[in-house]
Order: sequence, then structure tokens, then C-alpha cells
Amino acid sequence: MLYRVSHETVYDYGESVSLCHNQAHLIPRTLDYQRCEACELEISPSPPRIDPWQDYFGNEVRYFSISEEHRRLSVFVRSVVEVRERPSFQAARVLGWEDVRYRLAHPVDDECRLAVQFALPSRLVRCSSDTAEFASVSFQPGRPLVDAVIELTSRIYHEFRYDPTATTVNTPPSEVLRKRRGVCQDFAHLEIACLRSMGLAARYVSGYLQTEPPPGQQKLIGADASHAWLAVFCPGWGWLDVDPTNNQVPDTRHITLAWGRDYSDVCPIQGVVIGGGQPAMRVAVDVSVC
Amino acid sequence: MTISTETVDFEQPGGLFSGYLPLAGVYDEMLGPEGRVRGTWEQFAQGLSELGPVGLAQRADQTRRLLRENGVTYNVAGAPQGPDRPWELDALPLLLSQTEWNRLSSALEQRARLLNQILADLYGPQDLLHRGLLPADLVYGHPGFLRACHGLRVPGNVFLHLYAAHLARQSDGQWRVLADRTQGPSGAGYAVENRVVLSRILPVDFHRLQVERLAPFFIALRETLLSSAPLSRDNPHVVLLSPGPRSATYFEDAYLARYLGYTLVEGGDLTVRGDRVLLKTLGGLLPVDVILRRVPDEDADPLELKPGSQLGVPGLVHAVRKGKVVVANSLGSGFLEAPALLPFLPAICRHYYSEDLLLPSVDTWWCGRPEDLRYVESRFDELIVRPAFLHRSAPPVVVRQLPRGERSQLLEQIRRQPDRYAAQSEVVRSTAPVWSGDRLLPWHVGVRAFAVAHRGKYSLLAGGLSRVSSTTDSLGESMSAGQRSKDVWVLSDRPVARVSLLQAPAKAVELRRSANDLPSRVADNLFWLGRHVERAEGMVRHIRSIVVRMTQEIHPSGIADLIMLMTGLSDSPLTLPQGEQTPPVRIFDFLRDEVIDFLFDSSRPAGLPSTLSALRGTASIVRDRLSVDAWRIVNQMDLDLLFPRGPDRNRLGDLAWLLNQLLNLLSAFSGLVTESMTRGAGWRFLDMGRRIERAMQILRLVRRLFVEPRADLLPALESALEVADSSMTYRYRYLTTLQLPPVLDLLLVDETNPRAVGFQVAALASHVRALTVSSEDTRQNSEQRILLGAQAALRLTDVEALAVQDVHGRRTRLDQFLEDLGGAFPQLSDSLTHTYLTHTVPSRQLTGMAHNL
Repeated sequence: MLYRVSHETVYDYGESVSLCHNQAHLIPRTLDYQRCEACELEISPSPPRIDPWQDYFGNEVRYFSISEEHRRLSVFVRSVVEVRERPSFQAARVLGWEDVRYRLAHPVDDECRLAVQFALPSRLVRCSSDTAEFASVSFQPGRPLVDAVIELTSRIYHEFRYDPTATTVNTPPSEVLRKRRGVCQDFAHLEIACLRSMGLAARYVSGYLQTEPPPGQQKLIGADASHAWLAVFCPGWGWLDVDPTNNQVPDTRHITLAWGRDYSDVCPIQGVVIGGGQPAMRVAVDVSVC
Repeated sequence: MTISTETVDFEQPGGLFSGYLPLAGVYDEMLGPEGRVRGTWEQFAQGLSELGPVGLAQRADQTRRLLRENGVTYNVAGAPQGPDRPWELDALPLLLSQTEWNRLSSALEQRARLLNQILADLYGPQDLLHRGLLPADLVYGHPGFLRACHGLRVPGNVFLHLYAAHLARQSDGQWRVLADRTQGPSGAGYAVENRVVLSRILPVDFHRLQVERLAPFFIALRETLLSSAPLSRDNPHVVLLSPGPRSATYFEDAYLARYLGYTLVEGGDLTVRGDRVLLKTLGGLLPVDVILRRVPDEDADPLELKPGSQLGVPGLVHAVRKGKVVVANSLGSGFLEAPALLPFLPAICRHYYSEDLLLPSVDTWWCGRPEDLRYVESRFDELIVRPAFLHRSAPPVVVRQLPRGERSQLLEQIRRQPDRYAAQSEVVRSTAPVWSGDRLLPWHVGVRAFAVAHRGKYSLLAGGLSRVSSTTDSLGESMSAGQRSKDVWVLSDRPVARVSLLQAPAKAVELRRSANDLPSRVADNLFWLGRHVERAEGMVRHIRSIVVRMTQEIHPSGIADLIMLMTGLSDSPLTLPQGEQTPPVRIFDFLRDEVIDFLFDSSRPAGLPSTLSALRGTASIVRDRLSVDAWRIVNQMDLDLLFPRGPDRNRLGDLAWLLNQLLNLLSAFSGLVTESMTRGAGWRFLDMGRRIERAMQILRLVRRLFVEPRADLLPALESALEVADSSMTYRYRYLTTLQLPPVLDLLLVDETNPRAVGFQVAALASHVRALTVSSEDTRQNSEQRILLGAQAALRLTDVEALAVQDVHGRRTRLDQFLEDLGGAFPQLSDSLTHTYLTHTVPSRQLTGMAHNL
């Protein structure tokens, strides 16, 4: 599938901003099943330069700063991304979840060692006895990891209500668990917390969904903004993506931007401003098939 | 030549050493087994013995006085006696022989090299992780491993420019490393200050014992920082980034900046534009090449490290990434401070160098390793438990000191999150003699040693900072740990060469006439220092005129004069004792108590103590801009120091003495400022502060004394001239009785009288002009307009007309004139702030809420 993605973020400031420094995670990653054909970043007021670099997780980052006085900052990205079918995860079904837990606790190869960072608590994802308890229902002894994860994903989808008013960026997973409400980011964080409390490794994935559904299919939640889901580590096979907001194993309708331990590693635009008062922010995303 | 111990009679009754009894089972630095003085100490002990208790007590007093005079302090947040505590130094140094020092320094050299290698690997290829020499959960669970700093370029592969190790000697005489400090290790500045003091009070010993000098270390540090500058410029700009006056070691930050010749800056003084770090100065933005940082890793950049931190510089990590600035120590070096790392060092050392770690760390177990956890469980009561990663996050816990119940709770906590804890065995530190006031006592010793990267290896500071304490466990690793510090003397085998930091550099330095590289924040503080100094001086003059009158014979009319003068002293109204027939004596007593309150009550917001403490506070923030002498004078402006016995109501004469002392100090300070401060922007701001304050004071005085009707004008005229230090001029000029119009002329209009408002306006105008010229903006600015207005008003005024009274006897025109003129100065102050000093607008975090769909 070839997609055209446009993602516009506008900050309107109450007072003028004399200086801002920003970094953006807005360039789609290149993966076995994904290729970014073109990507254009348009920033206004235009910064003297945009510096590219790759973060520790291999994500594309763009740094820019603006020292021209401004009351509005707009960041507009347009990209053309090809997403192919992902490999089947049938092969990963042989892994028992306790075996994976053991391999992460006693890593002997680089793949497992690097995955360890996704098994530890992170800034926005703290594990608790609640998350462990909620997860353990799906993790019966001897069960294949993949089956348990798919079931956990489906339980979050069915037992939780999508509610944009219930949470903020900083709501911890334990609170989401109590309220049984949240948005895609909360569900991703919650499921990551659940998996980490079982001793497994899970990472946060930020990206987009195809806006217009293929004929005969339903439009997915989160299609008009950026989206978030997660991936679980299956040693020897790779990382399996799951989307608890839509109860899906992502395929060609999910476009991957970046991944990290949680949202704070891959925040689309993060910045420090001098001045500005109370900013108002608008985001518009459009994903269409070329 | 060594002197035999026979010549020193240590057992002499009443002698210095008679009561010195080292603790059983503890290594004593001075006395060996069977109470014999160790070779290293023989000569020194002999000198001490000759000095005797009286001589030593004198030296101890001298030490305290010198430290006090030099204003050596450290901050203890939340301490009851205020945050600034005087630094305490024992009069006896800790002695180490050359042989022992050589062993220690090659061991520390190896350790510093190893730690640097670990950083280079961690923030580069991560080979140690891939080989399993560092466990993945240690690296990734360590909050001090900063992913944003991975792959940052570092010139010469030096990550660790400055390193400090905490050392202790165990009972077997072996040294151990208790902790490593690798972010902005503090203490080297205090070591220098200790040395300056001790070499002055023990000059003979210092030379006879051939003590190794500290200066070569700092010369090496300077060379290292200069050569690490990313762009090859002849005069790279190096700044010392401090967390600011509230940090524990601000004194040292300022001291080191001055000692090394670097600009002392705080986060708010720096800004990143594009990919360069710039210093905000009065003359504009100046590029910075090297940052010697004293702020912790995570605070260095709110954009990429800790959101919300105000201590750092947004965009700093990116500037480093682009190779445009060097931060020393490199960002992320705090990783090495984790106790959890210690158990892995020996294997890493063998891996890199095929040699053993020369100096072992204290035995440490990281509970994140199951075998370590098992050991910790089995020997729990003998251990000290601490956070595995960030040592600052919680104090160490000595398990045996916990009640039983809490021990099992702690163990439970550890079992739940084992990777967050490390345990260490207790080290009983060696003791050394400490002067307790009347005798020598064996106190426990901890030593902080310092190393600097230099020409591909590490050089040690030949000495160090030692902390001593009467108990062994109160000696943590912080600067404030323990009760006192000691200088560390390394005794050389051969004569020691004199070294100074001001040695001629290999390359000729580009000549600079202090341009406008003054940080705006510093200008702001100098401005306020000027205001505080002038305010204090005005107060002292004013209250002295009252005190002098009180000590003279008072007749009934004199009471009225006193009341008049007291009213002029402060803005708050004077509430006299009421009653029909209040006897003058009671009023006098009341006024006297008021004066004493004003002089000594530190809770009084506009009293003398709070003004002096504001003065000292402001001075301490800009102490790197003041000469050593000026700073010493500022430190003496302390009522507790000048007048330790406090006020005595019946001895007002003593107060006059005190006020004269203060006036001498204030004048000495002004004299030093006039005579030794270069006429740069810094001096101008300090002087503008003084001028504005003085003008406002004179205006207030004149208004208080002459607007309202008075039966007898004479005392008011006398007082005005006296407080404004202009009596002599008046008498010399007019040779006549006192009259209001000439007094008004002398105090307001006269541009030749340094106390007159007109003089202040003229001086301010010239400062403003000079600043405008140097900022290359020739438009007439608002400061110039304000001053021209004031100048015109003063020059055009008719003092005879101002002296005219209305029907009620009030001088309404004078009142109006003073009010109009008085408005100019606060306005000028605001305008200066707006033009030059607006700088510290706090930055805010902006995070997208993009996922809240």
C-alpha cells in the first residue's frame, strides 16, 4: 500500500515567544515492511536550519530552534510511505511466555540484551501489583506468548471505554486500569505495563492509521490524528505489534513513525519555549491511499 | 634527614600528645603500633610539640579567623542557622609520604583511565554490554545512562575531565575507594582554600616538610580545557556553569571560576542559537567554547534531559552533538557514580588492561544479581544499604542501627525491587589527630582525591580534601559530611618548585580590554550591590548622628530634635509613648530602644542587620567580580562579628564606636571599588546603583526635614548637613549661620558636591552615555531622556523660591519639586533593567498532546 500522510501541528501562543527549541519525531522509520519514499518538513516561522539525527532507538529526529519572535508555530509534515504485508507471526507461536521471561532475565545474546530496556519500568510506565494482576488472567502457565498477548489486547479492547476526556498525557497506567477509560496512548501504556509486570519486554509505537477504510470495512478509531500502539518482544522472531484500541494485529493499515519505552521517548514534537503564555494546540492528520 | 623520636617527649605530662589515645583496632595516621610516631609524622610532631597547646590554640583561632575573613562557606539547605555555614578547617594537616602517595596516585590514575574508558564504551560501541561485562539491566535500569547522549562526539576521547575519589584507610592500613564522583566533582576549590590558610598559619612546617604544591593540577586542568575547545581559536571562551547561589558549593564555584580565570555563569546566562552556545552579556551574545559544568547531568538541558529543569540550557545537548561546544565532564558521566557499578570494575579492568584494579573499591554487592542478593540476605545486619544508581536519591542505611522490625521491612523492599539496591560492607576509617580546643583527639578521616585528564593520561592533585568526624559513620561522601575538614599534605622527598597559576603560557595571549562580556545577570547583581552599599552607608551616617546626640547632654528641646531625626530614619511612622505628662526621660528611653532595635533587630525589614545581610548576600553572588580585599571587607560587615557582646543600653558610646567601624568598612569598600575596579560595564552598574540610591536618600531626607513647619529650623539644617556629610563644605563656603536656601543648593543642585542630587544625576548621565556608546546605539534612549529631565529641573530651579512657606508654614513648592524629581530615579532603575538586564525569563516545557485523540 502506498500512503500519502500529512500531519500538521499548530501552536497558538497567548503571548509572543522569543525563543524555542524543539525536536520532532515525525519522520516515518524505514523497516522491512515499510519504506518512506518522500518526506517534507515545513516549519513556520522558518528556522535557520533543521538538523537531522537518529536517537538511541534508531528513530529519525529533527531538531530546530527559532529565535525570531513569534505567536504561532506550525509544523507541517508530508510524507509518502509504502507499507507492505508484515511476515506472519505463526512462527512466533512456539514461544512459551515463561521461556521469554527467562531469556530476558538471563540474556545471553545481543537481541535479548537490547530488549531488556523495554522490560524495565520507564518514565510513564510504572508497573504495579494491579497491572500484574490484570495481566495474569491471560498468562496461564505454559501458554504461548503470542496467544496470551492477543487475548490481553482483546480484553483491553472489550473492557475499556474509549474516552478522550478521562485522561491526560501523564495519566499512569494504574489509573487507566481503575477508570477503565482512556485513549490509544493510555491503552498502549497499560498493555505495556501489563507485559512488563509479567517480566516481558514491550515497546511503545507511535504512528498513523489509514484515514479512509477500504471499501466494506469500518473506519478505525484514531484515524484523524496520530495513533499509538505497542509491540511485544518475541526472541528469535522479532517484535509483534498489537493495537489494543482497535483489537488488531497491525498490518498494512498502520504506518510506523517511531518507537521507544513510552510516549515520552517519541513525543511527536517536544520543545522548550521562552514566553508564550498559555498555548493552544491543534493537530490535523490525513492519511490517504495514493 | 629524619629526627629521632627520642628528642620528642610524647609522654611529657600536660604535653600535646599525653592524652592522645588512638582507638583499639583502628589504624591511626600518626601513631603506629605501640604508640610510636610514624616516620612521616616525626618532624611535624616535633614541631607541634614545640608549639605546645597554647601555640596550637592560637593557630586554631587564626585558622578560624582567616576562613571567616575569606568568607569561606558552604550551603546547607534548610539548616537552622541559615543556609550559609562557615567552613571549618582543622589546624593540623593530614600527612602522607611521597612513597605512599605515589602508590595511591598511580592507582587512581588507573581508575580514572578505566572509568573514562567505560564512558567511551557506554556512549559509543557498548562492547561491555555486548560482552556481558556490564549487565543489561544495570545499564538500562540506570537512570544516569542518558540515551540522548549516546553517540555524542567528544574531542580526544576524553569524557571524564575531572574525577574525584572518596578514599578511606581500613584497619589493615590499606586504602579503599568508597565512591567515585564524575559529574562536576566538588572539593578541589576548598582544598586550595584550606591550603592557602594552613600554609599561612604553619609556614615553617610547610616549607621544612617540603609539601607538594596544588597549582600544577589546576594548570593541567586549564590546559586540558583549552585544548579541548572545538574550534581552534586563540582565546577560547571557557565558562564555569554553576547551579547558582542556592547550591551547596556555590562558594567553591565562584572561587574556582576566579582561580582559573573563567566566567562564572548560571544556566540562564547561556542560550543556544542555531547550534552554538552563547553567553548573554551587556554587549550582546558571545560564543562559548567550553563549559566546565557543576550542574548534574540531568539538569543540563530541559529539552533532551530532564523536562522543567531551570539550571541548564535548552538545546545544550544538541550543541554538543553538533560539536560546537565541549562540556566537561561530558554529559552522562554520572553513570559512573552508581554504587551498583563497583562490583564490575575488577573484571572490566582486566578486560581492558589485563591488569588488576590497583586500588580496590569497598566491598559492594548489587542486589540485581541473584548471587549478590543471596549474600546480602545472609549477612544483612553487617551491611550498609544504598540506592544502586543515584546516590543522591536517598542516604545510606546502616542496617545494624535499624530497629529489628525496620530491618525486615527494608529487606522485603529489596526483595521486591532488588535491582534498585546495592549493599556495602562497613569500613572503619583510620583516625588522625584533631585539635579539639584543649587537646588532640583521634577523629576518623575520609579523603577526597582529585584527578584531571591531561595529555592522554590523568594527573593527580598532590593533596586533597579530607573530612574528619568523631564518629566513623557520620562521614558520608557529601561536602558537608563530617564536622571539619583537613588539608592533605604530601611530603616530598626533595625540594618543591614554586608554581603559580599565573605562569606565562606557551602562546601569547591576545590582549583584551574588558569588553562588554559581562553577563547581564552579573550586571544586575552589581547594580543591587551598589544600592545596598549606599543604603547601608546612608543608614549608618544617619543613625550615628542620632547616637552622637544621645550621648551628649540632652536638654528638653534636644528631645524634639531626636524625634525629628528618628522620623527621618525610616519610612514607618514613629509611635511615641502617649500620655499627658510623659517625662522626657521616658521618651528618651523609648528613642534609645528604637535605635538599638534598628541596629540589632534582624527581624526588622528595613533595619541595619537586614540591610547588611542583603549587602553580603548580593556580594556573595558576584564574589568572582570583587577583589579578594573587597570581599574580605564585605565579610567583616557583620554586626555579630564586630560587636559580639551585643548592645548595652547604658553604653551608647560603644554604639558610636561600632558605627564608626562600619563606616570605615563601607568607605574602604567604596575606596577599593574606585581604585581597583576597571572602568568596565560592571563598575558602571555598581556605581549607578550607588548613585540612584544616594539621590533617593538625599531627596527623602530633605523632604522629611524641611517640608513640614518647624519651630526651630537650625537643628534640622545641622542634621541634614551632617547626615549628608556636607557640614564642612557648607562652613567653608558660607562662613555664616545656617540658612535653608544655601543648604538646599548644596544638597540638591550643586553638581560639584559628591553628596548632592545634581552630582548623582551628572554621574548617572555619564554612565548611561558610556553604555550607550558601547552598545553602538546612538539614539537617545529613555534613560538619557529621564536624566536630562532631572538635570534640567535641578539647574533651572530657584532655591529661594523652594524655601518659601505657605500660610500654614508648609513648604509646598519644595514638596512638589522633590516629588517630581524623586520620581525620576525609580523610573531610571526600571528603564535600566528593561534595557540591559531583562534576561531570566524562565523557559517552559512544551509537549504535544498529540495522542489525546
